[in-house]
Amino acid sequence: MRKMSVKTKRIIYNIVLTVSVIFVLIWCIFPFYWAIISSLKPNKELFDPHPTLWPKSPTFSNYVKVFQERPFHVNIWNSIVVSGITTLVTLIFGSFAGYAIARLHMKGKSFVMILILAVSMFPQISILGSLFVILRKMKLINTYLGLILPYVAITLPLTTWILQNFFRDLPREIEEAAAIDGCSRTRTLFQIVFPMSAPGLVATGLLTFISAWNEFLFAFTFMQKPDYYTVPVAIALFAGRTQYEQPWGQLMAAAVIVTVPLVVLVLIFQNRIIAGLSAGGVKG
Amino acid sequence: MKAKTRETLIAWGMVLPALLVISIIAFLPLFQTFYNSFFDASLRPDIEKRFVGFKNYADLFQDPRFLDALKNTIFFTIISVLFETILGLLIAVLVNQPFKLRGAVRAAMLIPWAIPTAISSQMWKWMFEPSTGIITKLLEALHMIKPGVPILGSPQTAMWAIIAVDVWKTTPFMALLILAGLQLIPEELYEAARIDGANVWQRFSKITIPLIQSTIGVALIFRTLDALRVFDVVFIMTRGSVNTETLAVYNRVLLMDRAFTGAWFGYGSALSVIIFALISVFAVIYIRSLKIKLE
Repeated sequence: MRKMSVKTKRIIYNIVLTVSVIFVLIWCIFPFYWAIISSLKPNKELFDPHPTLWPKSPTFSNYVKVFQERPFHVNIWNSIVVSGITTLVTLIFGSFAGYAIARLHMKGKSFVMILILAVSMFPQISILGSLFVILRKMKLINTYLGLILPYVAITLPLTTWILQNFFRDLPREIEEAAAIDGCSRTRTLFQIVFPMSAPGLVATGLLTFISAWNEFLFAFTFMQKPDYYTVPVAIALFAGRTQYEQPWGQLMAAAVIVTVPLVVLVLIFQNRIIAGLSAGGVKG
Repeated sequence: MKAKTRETLIAWGMVLPALLVISIIAFLPLFQTFYNSFFDASLRPDIEKRFVGFKNYADLFQDPRFLDALKNTIFFTIISVLFETILGLLIAVLVNQPFKLRGAVRAAMLIPWAIPTAISSQMWKWMFEPSTGIITKLLEALHMIKPGVPILGSPQTAMWAIIAVDVWKTTPFMALLILAGLQLIPEELYEAARIDGANVWQRFSKITIPLIQSTIGVALIFRTLDALRVFDVVFIMTRGSVNTETLAVYNRVLLMDRAFTGAWFGYGSALSVIIFALISVFAVIYIRSLKIKLE
């Protein structure tokens, strides 16, 4: 083979790089893009055998119908309440546990951490049946609490692990100085450690919120009335008037409504999210 | 009281709420699942619970639907994790190169991960629709599928479609994790190799791969245990029809649909235990790899 000049090599490298990057971008974004475009198409265009990459006569009617023809706003509210309270409780429990593991004198720390982490690897399906029976006994099927409790349990491991790492990296001197000044452990925790950890708490909270917001199997099993469906369940069980008529336009509108805020949040906090996830395993 | 004892007490007090929640919501049901797997039981109150020993387990291995689900799950896991790892590595190397808008591309890679699986499954289902779906159109134009044969309705293609969705969702994320590992490799190593005349492939195989081996290993194990419990994407795309049913999907049918009509709850619990055991193998390796030493 003839030796290529450095310049030719450079050009080939640039072409390969550009083409690959464009390919990766299209691959990541296209399904989302296609959902947006489809949600803006009127039915006639949606079921046209020659789909266009851009709506010819864009309309918001699907966005109106999704709230008129079904209780989608109720589903959104359910998801906000369940994920919001889950995040709050998980952050409180997780930061207490994380701080104790990171900083306090305690025998059996590793054991406690492994015990907590092990839960994140439980296949949810393995506890589904028995958990259903327990919740039914406690009359918690079709209640917010009946979903929040399981969500706290499944999000706690990752939250505790990330926060534990986070607290460990805080400068110890500040806490020691506070102790010398006669500040109690509890006050140090609330007035110094937690405020200092605000950025970490926000990013971890976001991860918790996303996993609660996205959860499907528990929500689908423990919420059995449409009025209690969370967003993923409502979208998974999206039905038209007849079995054979799937209202794809509305479905895509619903999908866009609930993913746009999520995507925006993720883009804003991208650096923290990547850091948090690399620190705490790969729970997706 | 000694200060140290006091601190230990406080510490246990602080981990107690977390331990309590996971004990009641995770460990207690897990224990009950084990227990129930030795019984003939139902969710119907009029059917009595009866001890049957290991009968449920023995029956499972005679159950063709279970064996198919096991086969499908293993197929799904191997193929999807393989694609995710190879593509993830390639993309990680790609976005580690300096180019304009690199930050924007990395951010875009988080989008598939952020979209709830239930929702992205529906987005893809729409693209796989017969006659109107954009992917159906594309594959028909490329003569890769016969016109009129629904992708999600035929056993030859349905599982591949499901794998495609999983690969789409997880690969970019895998790439970002591997990228974190790549960024730790000092640039000088590559410089030195270049001076010694090593070509691109040599630099990749002799420097990059050995140094990110452990990152890839950890990600690979975690993805495997995640893939073994797959439920959402399969359930939403096909409900487990056309030979796509995985263990988790079959398990839910037993526990939640059949257990209300007959004595299937114990049988379903036995399947839950098998899934748990299968995943535990990988979970133990994973937790070990994190090297937790906190004392």
